[in-house]
Amino acid sequence: MESGSGDEAPRQQLLSGSTLVNRYSIQDVIGVGGMGSVYRARDLHFPNVVKLVAVKEMINMAPDPLIRETIVQNFEREANLLATLNHSSIPRIYDYFTQESRSYLVLEFVHGKDLETVINDANGFLPEDQVISWGIQLCDVLSYLHGHKPDPIVFRDMKPSNVMINHNGDVILVDFGIAKAFQSGIKGTMIGTEGYSPPEQYRGEASTLADVYSLGATLHHALTRRDPRMEPPFSFAERPVRRINTNVSVEMEAVINTALQYNPNERFPNAAAMKDALLNVARHTGMLSKITTALPVAVGGIKPLWSFKCEDELRGTPLLHQGSLYVGCYDNNLYSINAADGTFQWKYATEGGVVTKPAHQDGNIFFGSEDKCLHVVNSRTGKMVWKYYTEGKVRSSPRIAEGHVFFGSDDQDLHAVNVNTGRAVWKFATDAPIYSTPLVVNELVYTGTESGAVYGVDFRGALKWRFQAKRAVSSSANFQGQALFFTSVDSTLYALDMKNGWAIWKFRLGKASVSSPAVADDYVFAGAADGFIYCVDNHNAKEIWRFKTDNQITSSPVIYKDSLYCGSVDGNLYCLEYRTGRLRWKFATKAAIIGSPIVHDDIVYVGSTDHQVYALFA
Amino acid sequence: MVDFLRKLFGKEKQQQPERPKAADMITTAPLSDQQITAIVSNQNANYEMKQLVASVGQSVGKQRDHNEDSLLAFTNTISGSAESIPFGLYIVADGMGGHQFGEVASNAAIRLIAGNITKKFHSYLYGLPTQMIQDSLQEVMEESIREAHKYVQREAPGSGTTVTAALVLGQQVTIAHVGDSRAYSVYPDGRMEPITRDHSLVKRLEELGHLSKDEAATFPHRNVLIRALGQGEVLEADIFTVPFPTTGYLMICSDGLWGVINEKDMFRAITDAPTLHRASQNLVEAANAAGGPDNISVILVQLIG
Repeated sequence: MESGSGDEAPRQQLLSGSTLVNRYSIQDVIGVGGMGSVYRARDLHFPNVVKLVAVKEMINMAPDPLIRETIVQNFEREANLLATLNHSSIPRIYDYFTQESRSYLVLEFVHGKDLETVINDANGFLPEDQVISWGIQLCDVLSYLHGHKPDPIVFRDMKPSNVMINHNGDVILVDFGIAKAFQSGIKGTMIGTEGYSPPEQYRGEASTLADVYSLGATLHHALTRRDPRMEPPFSFAERPVRRINTNVSVEMEAVINTALQYNPNERFPNAAAMKDALLNVARHTGMLSKITTALPVAVGGIKPLWSFKCEDELRGTPLLHQGSLYVGCYDNNLYSINAADGTFQWKYATEGGVVTKPAHQDGNIFFGSEDKCLHVVNSRTGKMVWKYYTEGKVRSSPRIAEGHVFFGSDDQDLHAVNVNTGRAVWKFATDAPIYSTPLVVNELVYTGTESGAVYGVDFRGALKWRFQAKRAVSSSANFQGQALFFTSVDSTLYALDMKNGWAIWKFRLGKASVSSPAVADDYVFAGAADGFIYCVDNHNAKEIWRFKTDNQITSSPVIYKDSLYCGSVDGNLYCLEYRTGRLRWKFATKAAIIGSPIVHDDIVYVGSTDHQVYALFA
Repeated sequence: MVDFLRKLFGKEKQQQPERPKAADMITTAPLSDQQITAIVSNQNANYEMKQLVASVGQSVGKQRDHNEDSLLAFTNTISGSAESIPFGLYIVADGMGGHQFGEVASNAAIRLIAGNITKKFHSYLYGLPTQMIQDSLQEVMEESIREAHKYVQREAPGSGTTVTAALVLGQQVTIAHVGDSRAYSVYPDGRMEPITRDHSLVKRLEELGHLSKDEAATFPHRNVLIRALGQGEVLEADIFTVPFPTTGYLMICSDGLWGVINEKDMFRAITDAPTLHRASQNLVEAANAAGGPDNISVILVQLIG
């Protein structure tokens, strides 16, 4: 080790097999902190037994000699303080020494995991009784520290990563890294670590009640799995435990709320009082009896207003126009259905499956078919007005804007056709089939292709910009402000600058997606093949919520009033509160829902691959 | 709309014969306010802004003996498919830690962030053959902040710095922000809208309703930060994208400016100036005239055609 500590690699970790002061044989790195690593080592003074120790390393990188010295002093203070303590929840200290720019502390090795890892590895919430029992032990050790003579010891850094759970399930408090919690500069600027610390700690006051707060924060994190470092400081009151984890008892929530009071005087007066409160919770809840709450959700209680049966699967999205519902079907027909009662009005046969969402203009209905044509029929009679031939199947839905209809085809062209004459105005050649429905905004037409390209094309059919995703973009773009949103089979939800095609942000989905994003307020919503419906903040790509369905989502979500509606391949139509992602109701059809619902005047319409169209109260 | 059709049928001859000029038959009436704003906004939409201009101002202040602020202003264009796109990178960092090298932290933060971003855009900025940048703008920002955070933690332990970085591409501004330096959208009608939210104790307590606006103004711990680059294990910077204030200015400054003179005075200092350069100097002078208790840094950016 001595030979390897040259200037060229000053921060290098110790290699396993190297030996410190001829005594500690390094085995493995068990942790990495801001100042160095923690190793598991074997103490060679016990040749006949394997005695493991934890070696905490601190590398002194500070260029200023004064700071270097302060850092060594802090380290020795931690060592000396630990040496005076004797408690089953505090690791014993065996040794400390400094070698060149590295200082080492040799501690009892704790077999186990730290609580943060336990929380992160858990499959769901940790059981309340388990957290209560750890809480009681932590109160015990805090009482011991706070009762230290001559001066009470304030731990100051209570958080899950400093709590080890050993192989007996008991807690050990580690890392008395007291000095680094606060730094003050000449102008009195202070910087604190956020998350678990109480408000008064930011003012430089750290009392024993600060530890009570941090313990409350630690228990809150353990029960909710919400890391407070990822939330605004002191915002626990905004997310009470039971709102996130309904299995937790009212009593336990009350204990945590008390510990987390903003005003220190309103918390438990000391750790012992908090322990008593936790013991009371344990008695009340019997520690064993779990409270299970049923989902407050209507399932199966939803009856459709009407349903209409076609001869094959419905894979597309309906259109509602002047009291009629128009929907394409894989039986090659476009159906016109009375939206009020679900009665048949007419059908128009094409020579291929119809998976596109129809559009309307001037009394005509426009839709593409796998017979390679864009069909235009009279909305009342279902008689053909004109037909436009492409050289590939038409699975991209038509978009009508400024007197023209824009759509893509498997012939790899984006077509612009005059709505009245049915004559091509231009074709824009891409490099792959187009399933995506063009979006037309601010004199640009946007479309994705099966090669993953996204094009911004102007009204003359000239390329303005091109963006390349890693895999197909079958979804249709949506926009808000200057940002264009779409999903890709490369499992990403993208936001591009509409003017120049630069990626503003990307949001990673669990799996591929063909679901077209919906937008509302500052949110973007999309489904993915992992079965989740995602809600993402459109300014910074932060996930707001996600909702799990039981199978892939190819349907595109729609927002209506306070709700989001989306179909799933699990056969259900879901209605969620769009701001929170909470389930309002779901409606089961007899087969996968691939197309998207539409909502009009408080009625949702959706087609299913069970061959039926349903109308439901929103 | 007519314009639009003409564009659409650009190649074909217009079907309708040209109409005689009918100006004589039209009675004129003043346009309503609504019509005027519609026309003005319409023109803005069609008018492609081409270039960014920036000016900076900096002063140690009247009461400090050294400067812990750092700033960077870099303006260029990059080539797009159809036209060149304005590109700008503007950063203010306010270091803290006193003897523990506040200026080291702010210098390093700017160097690392700007280095990482310009490396990503290198071939675009210098007209070399380009490969598409795989990362989104927000990912580039996030990575840059992360690198700088790790570097400061390692090389200047104990110190920290605020960072407010704006990456302008076209008419979008992607912001990365930690601490209490600020970015503002300054509009010609006198609005100064803060784009960033301070990561300070006083702001947090105000948001939670524990302090009123008046109490906040006199709160003794106004300079306590709850997030700073180089501090804490997990650093979460605010990263988001907003439209560039095309009719006004983007302003980035340290608390040596915004904490010393109010928004009205800042606005006056900007708009009274004959040039953008003068505007930055006015801001610095105004803060110094008000006592100059802290280091002052300011960047003003404008999009011009």
